[in-house]
Amino acid sequence: MPDSLINHYLLFPERYDEMLGADGHPRGHWQSFVDLIRGADEETLARGIQFVQDAIETDGVSYNIYGDTLGAKRPWELDPLPLMMPPEEWAGLTQAVAQRATLLNAVLKDLYGPQELLAEGLLPPALVYGQHGFKWPCVGTRPPGDVFLHFYAVDVTRAPDGRWWVIADRTQGPSGAGYALQNRIILSRAFSEAFRDLQVQTLASFFRAVQDSLHRLAPTDGEPPLAVLLTPGPYNETYFEHAFLARYLGFPLVEGQDLTVRDDTVYLKTLRGLRRVHAILRRLDDDFCDPLELRADSALGIPGLLGAVRAGRVFMGNALGSGVLESGALFGFLPAIAQRLLGEELQIPSVATWWCGEPPALDYTLEHLDELVIKAAFPNMRRDPVFGHLLKGRARKEFVERIKSQPNAYVAQEWVRLSQAPVWSPDQRRLVPRSVGLRLFAVATPEGYAVMPGALGRAAPDQGTEVISMQRGGLSKDVWVRSEGPVQRISLLKSRLGVIDLVCTGTEIPSRVGENLFWMGRYAERCETGARLLRAALSRLSSRDDDDDNVVPDILAACQRLEILPALEADASREAMEQAVLAAVGDPDQPGSVAGAVRALSFAADQVRERLSSDNWHALNRLSRLFAKPSPSVGHALNGVDRLMLDCISLAGFAMDDMTRDEGWRFLILGRRAERLTWLAGLIGGVLESPRKAREASLEWLLETANSIVTYRARYRRVPEVLPVVHLIVFDESNPHSVAFQLSALERYLTSTARELGHGRPETLAPIRASLRNFDLPSFEAEDCTPACENLAALLRDARQAAHALSDEIQRRFFIHTAGSVR
Amino acid sequence: MSSQRYHVLHDTIYRYDQPVGESRQLIRLSPRTLPWQKVLAHRLEIQPEPTRSADFLDGFGNPVRAIHLEADHEALLIRAESWIELAPRALPELARTPSWESVRDTLAYRAGRRYPPEVLEATAFRFESTHVRVKREFAHYAHQAFGTGRPVLDGVRALMGRIFEEFTFDPEATDVSTPVTDVFATKRGVCQDFSHFMISCLRSLGLAARYTSGYLLTRPPPGKPRLVGADATHAWVSVFCPGLGWVDFDPTNDLLPGLEHITLGWGRDFADVSPLRGVILGGGSHEPAIAVTVVPESEFDQVYEGEAVPELDLAPQER
Repeated sequence: MPDSLINHYLLFPERYDEMLGADGHPRGHWQSFVDLIRGADEETLARGIQFVQDAIETDGVSYNIYGDTLGAKRPWELDPLPLMMPPEEWAGLTQAVAQRATLLNAVLKDLYGPQELLAEGLLPPALVYGQHGFKWPCVGTRPPGDVFLHFYAVDVTRAPDGRWWVIADRTQGPSGAGYALQNRIILSRAFSEAFRDLQVQTLASFFRAVQDSLHRLAPTDGEPPLAVLLTPGPYNETYFEHAFLARYLGFPLVEGQDLTVRDDTVYLKTLRGLRRVHAILRRLDDDFCDPLELRADSALGIPGLLGAVRAGRVFMGNALGSGVLESGALFGFLPAIAQRLLGEELQIPSVATWWCGEPPALDYTLEHLDELVIKAAFPNMRRDPVFGHLLKGRARKEFVERIKSQPNAYVAQEWVRLSQAPVWSPDQRRLVPRSVGLRLFAVATPEGYAVMPGALGRAAPDQGTEVISMQRGGLSKDVWVRSEGPVQRISLLKSRLGVIDLVCTGTEIPSRVGENLFWMGRYAERCETGARLLRAALSRLSSRDDDDDNVVPDILAACQRLEILPALEADASREAMEQAVLAAVGDPDQPGSVAGAVRALSFAADQVRERLSSDNWHALNRLSRLFAKPSPSVGHALNGVDRLMLDCISLAGFAMDDMTRDEGWRFLILGRRAERLTWLAGLIGGVLESPRKAREASLEWLLETANSIVTYRARYRRVPEVLPVVHLIVFDESNPHSVAFQLSALERYLTSTARELGHGRPETLAPIRASLRNFDLPSFEAEDCTPACENLAALLRDARQAAHALSDEIQRRFFIHTAGSVR
Repeated sequence: MSSQRYHVLHDTIYRYDQPVGESRQLIRLSPRTLPWQKVLAHRLEIQPEPTRSADFLDGFGNPVRAIHLEADHEALLIRAESWIELAPRALPELARTPSWESVRDTLAYRAGRRYPPEVLEATAFRFESTHVRVKREFAHYAHQAFGTGRPVLDGVRALMGRIFEEFTFDPEATDVSTPVTDVFATKRGVCQDFSHFMISCLRSLGLAARYTSGYLLTRPPPGKPRLVGADATHAWVSVFCPGLGWVDFDPTNDLLPGLEHITLGWGRDFADVSPLRGVILGGGSHEPAIAVTVVPESEFDQVYEGEAVPELDLAPQER
C-alpha cells in the first residue's frame, strides 16, 4: 500500500518522532511494521481499522468523562496503530520503572514509619504534613511484607533528545492496565499476522504476577486467600476497566457496601453468608476508604477498614495513605532520596521540577516562566496546568501574584516538547503525528517489581495539543514491545484455573449482585409488561375504529390501577389521553412510565455489568437509547414500543439461554417471576372486578396484553369468554403467561435457591397456590358468573400481596446481612 | 502552689429514634499523661457492652478506644471517669523567648538541614488542616500583635489578648462546621472557634500551633453549689517555642493554663481529637446529650454528698 499513508506524515525538527528518524526514514524497530503497512493492500488495512471500531462497540469498552454528554457510555478511543518499542530500550525503561517503584515504596515505609527523610531534611515537611494526601490515621501502619506500593503506574514522555522523563507517579489505585490489556486483545486480533510476525511480548504473565503477588502477600490463617477488586462503582470514569480486570483476574468486583469489618477482619457479604477477604485491590482513593477514620462523609468506603489494616488482617493494594506520593512537588527531592535509601542514581529522571515552596525555586520559576509549565503541587487541587509562555499581560501578572501568595501550592516543570507518533486519521485517511506519552505499570513480587512488557500509550486529540489526558478526549494506543527472540505464548488465564477455583467462583457472589440481578429481573419484566399494556392502548388510539375507541378508557383504567399512568380526569379529552399515554411510554420522570422502568433497568444492569454478555449489553444499550427523545405522536410511540418489546424479548431470551445458571442468576429469574405475578394478578383482578359489560369487552385486550391471544385462538377458535380466558391466564400451569405458572416457577426456584444457599425456604406463596388449586372453576359456568369473578379477584389480590411480601422476604434473607452469620 | 486533684466525669448519651443494628465509635476521652499531669485512675464504661473493643494510640500519641457494637440498641452511653493530679508549671518568661522570626526560621525547611526531633514534631502543626486555614489576612492580623523582632511567646500573649478583647463568646453564633474565615468575619464563637482562629493566625505567620482538647474547672455562681453535669469540654492552643517546647494559651479566657486546665489530647485541630467519632447503621437523628462534671478533690464529697458517683442509667427518659 499505499505510500500515500505515510508520505505526507509531518516531521517536526524540534521534537522526537517515534516512527521516523531525523533523516525521514523509519527507525530500525519500526522498519518491519512500516514494511508491513506498505505491503498490505488497502482492503486488509481498512478491515483491521473497522475491526478495532467494531470491537470497542461490541465489547462495550467505555470510559466516563465527568460532565460529558455521552455520560457513562462514552466509547473508549483506541488508535488502530500500535506504538513500536525496541527490546533493548524497553529493558532500560523496565529497570528504571522497577527502581522507581522500589524507591517510592521505601519512601512510603519511611513516611508512615520513622520519618527519617523528614528529619534529615531530604523532604520538606510541607510536602508531607502540609499535604492532604498524607493520612495521619495511617501513621504507624505496616503492611504485610512492607509492601505499601503493590501496584504502581508511571507516566513517561520522551524529550527531543530521545531520553525518557517521568512526568507523574500514580500510587493509590492506578488505572490503565486493564485498558492496555483490552487494547492489546483488540489490536492483536485486528492485526493478528503483524502481531505474530513482529514477535510482540505478551501481557498475560504480568497479570499472573498481579494475582500471585496478592495471593502471596495476603495474610491468612491457613485458608486459601480471597482477593477482591474494590471499585467506587459504575459512575467512576474507569469502571469498565474495574469490571474487565476483575473478570480477567478472577476476583470478585466489589463496592464498599459489599464488604464489612467484623473483629478487625474484612468480610464479603455473599448470598451464602460472610466470607473472609484477605486482599483488596482498590480503585478507591484513600479519602473514601473508611468513613470511620478518613473522610466521614464517604458512602463508598468500609467503616473499620483501617482497623483491619492496623491489625494486619488484610492486605491493601495499595496501602491506605499512598496517595501522598502523587504530588509532583516531590520530584526534585527524589534524586537525593534515591541516594539515601537505595544508594543509587535515578535511572530515569523526573522532568525538571521546582517546588515553589522553596524560595530559590520560587525565584527561578518567576524568572523563567516562559520555559515552564505551572501545575498544582497536590493532586487534590484539580487545577489545569498553565503554560508560562501562553500567559500574557494582566493574566500573567495575576498568575504571578497567585503563585507568590501561596507558593507551597505550585510546582513549575520544564516544558518538555513531547515526542510525536503516528496515529490514524479517519478523516484524512492517512497517518498524522500526535504528541504521545506512555503509562507503564509495575507490580510488587517477592523478587522485586515486575514491569508490564507493554504500556498504555496515550496520544493528544489534536495536532499541537500538549496536554495528554483521557479526561480531555485523548486517544489511547497499544504499545508493542518487540522481543529479541521468539515470544513465549503463555496460555490464557482460564486454562490454569483448577477445580477448586471453579467451585469457589460460584460461591463468592456478592449479595449486592444478587440484589441487582433481582431488580434487573423485576424492571426488565416491568418494561415488557408495561409496554404490552400501553401498546394495546396506542394501537387502539391510532386505529380510529369505534369498537377500539370504546375499550380505550378500560385499558387506561387498567394502566392506572397498575400505576403505569397517573390518574386522569373523568372527562379527559382524547388529546389529553394521548398525551398521558405518550408520557407513560417515553417520559422517564413520569412515575410508573416505561421509560422510567428502562432507566431503572439500566441502573441495575450497570451494577452487575461484569456478569452480562456483550450481546446482552447491546440489547440494554439499544433499550436505553429508545427514549432519548420524547415521542411526538402516537405512531412514533407505537413504533418505539414495538422496538422495545423486541429488545425485551431478547433480554428474556438472554436470561434463559445466555447466562450462567449460578446462584445470582436465580435471583434474576425470581425477580422476573415475582414481577410478572404481581402484574398479572393486578391486571386480571382489575378486569374481573369491573361490571359485566366492561368485563366482557375487556377480554380481548386482556388476552392480548397477557400475551396469550394466539394460544386462545388456537385452542378455542371463538370470541373470548370468561371461563376459557381465566383458565388460560390464571390456572393453566403450562402457559408461561399465567398466574399459576409464575407461582409454580417461583416455588421451584425458591426451593433450589434456599437449598443451595443454606437458607430456609420462604413459605409466603404456599396458601395462594393451595387456594388456586381448590378454586371452584365450574362456578364460572353460571349464567351470571359475577360472583365467581369476584371470588377470583379476591384471590388475585391476595396473590399480589403475597408477591410483595415475598420480594421483601427475599431482600431480608439473602441481601441484607446481619451479624452472626460468619461461617 | 501545690498540686491539685480533680475528679472528671464525662457522660455522652445517644438516644436513637430507631434501633441501631451496627455501630462503630472511636473514643478519645482518656487523658494523656504529661510532665505536669498525672492520671491517677481512669476508666471508660460503655453501655450496652460493645461486641469488641480495642485500644491504640493515634498518630499524635493520643489514646483511642475503638468499639464495635453488633446488636440492636436504642441508646449508647459512654462514660469516661478520671482522677487527675495537676502539678504547678513554671510560667515561662515570655519576654525572654527568641524572636518570632527566628522561631519561624527554625521551623522552615532548608534543603539538607536536619531537624531535631522536637522541631520536626512541631512542623506537623505548621500547615492548613481541616479547620485551620493559612491566609494572608490571618498573617496580617497576627502581625499587628507580633510586630518585628518581638519575643515569640510575648507575641502570642499579645495576639491572645487581642482575640479575647475583640471576639465575643457566643454559643449561638457558630457550630462545629463553621469555617474559621466566618469566625474571623463575625468575631464570635466558642472556645473551639477562638482556638482555631488563633491557630490559623499563628500558622499563617509560619509558627507551629496545635489544638488541645480537655476540661476547665469552672466556678459556680457565687453562693451556688457546684452542679453535676454543668461543665463542658474545653479547647485551647499550644505554641511551640524552641528550648521550652509547647506552651499553652487559652484565648477564650486570656490566660496561660495552670492548675485548672486538664488535658485530654491534641491534634492539628478539632477534627483530630474529636471525643467521639462514629459510623452507625440506622438510628435516624441522634444528637447526643453530654454531661461533664469537673470536681476538685476537696469538693468531691460535697458534690456527690458522700454517695458513690451516680450509676449509669439507660432507662428511657422523656425527651
